[in-house]
Amino acid sequence: MALTKNDLMNSLHQRLKLRKCKSLELLESLLEIMKKRLESGEEVRISGFGKFSVKDKRERRGRNPQSGEDLMLEPRRVVTFRCSEVFRDKINRGSD
Amino acid sequence: MNKSQLIEALAKAEDLTLKKAEEVVTTVFGDMEDALIRGERVEIRGFGSFKIKHYEGYEGRNPKTGEIIHVAEKKLPFFKVGKELKERVDVI
Repeated sequence: MALTKNDLMNSLHQRLKLRKCKSLELLESLLEIMKKRLESGEEVRISGFGKFSVKDKRERRGRNPQSGEDLMLEPRRVVTFRCSEVFRDKINRGSD
Repeated sequence: MNKSQLIEALAKAEDLTLKKAEEVVTTVFGDMEDALIRGERVEIRGFGSFKIKHYEGYEGRNPKTGEIIHVAEKKLPFFKVGKELKERVDVI
């Protein structure tokens, strides 16, 4: 089972007494703000949760694992996530 | 951008009070945290997904002193960026 946008919408609806359509609108708006910031190369830090950042990967020599053929991989930008210490401790405590 | 700046940006974009925007942001990340703590996956289409990865413990060595160190097993959330965000960020 996975938590989805639908679950988050229902949670906003129930806990904050917002209409479902409003809940979904706010959720999408929140995600869009984060996406725009990441798109501009800025990092997004959520205290107690973690940090999303954008990293530039250089061009490198790669290989097609199926054909064994050598190829050049283009430079690219990727999003990475690093979990906060607090959150990490909560996850690991939960299992003991 | 940090959490309070995200709250301000949401309040401004959606014409909400700061208090309401704070509740929205806290609820969203709180729910995602709770799901991951329960061991569930989180799937936010267009943004990305999270799942817990288990790392086995191992015996390591301090490379300077040669001393044996026991590294305990641990769990960490792993984030996989969603298709839309991946494409929007990779603009080079």
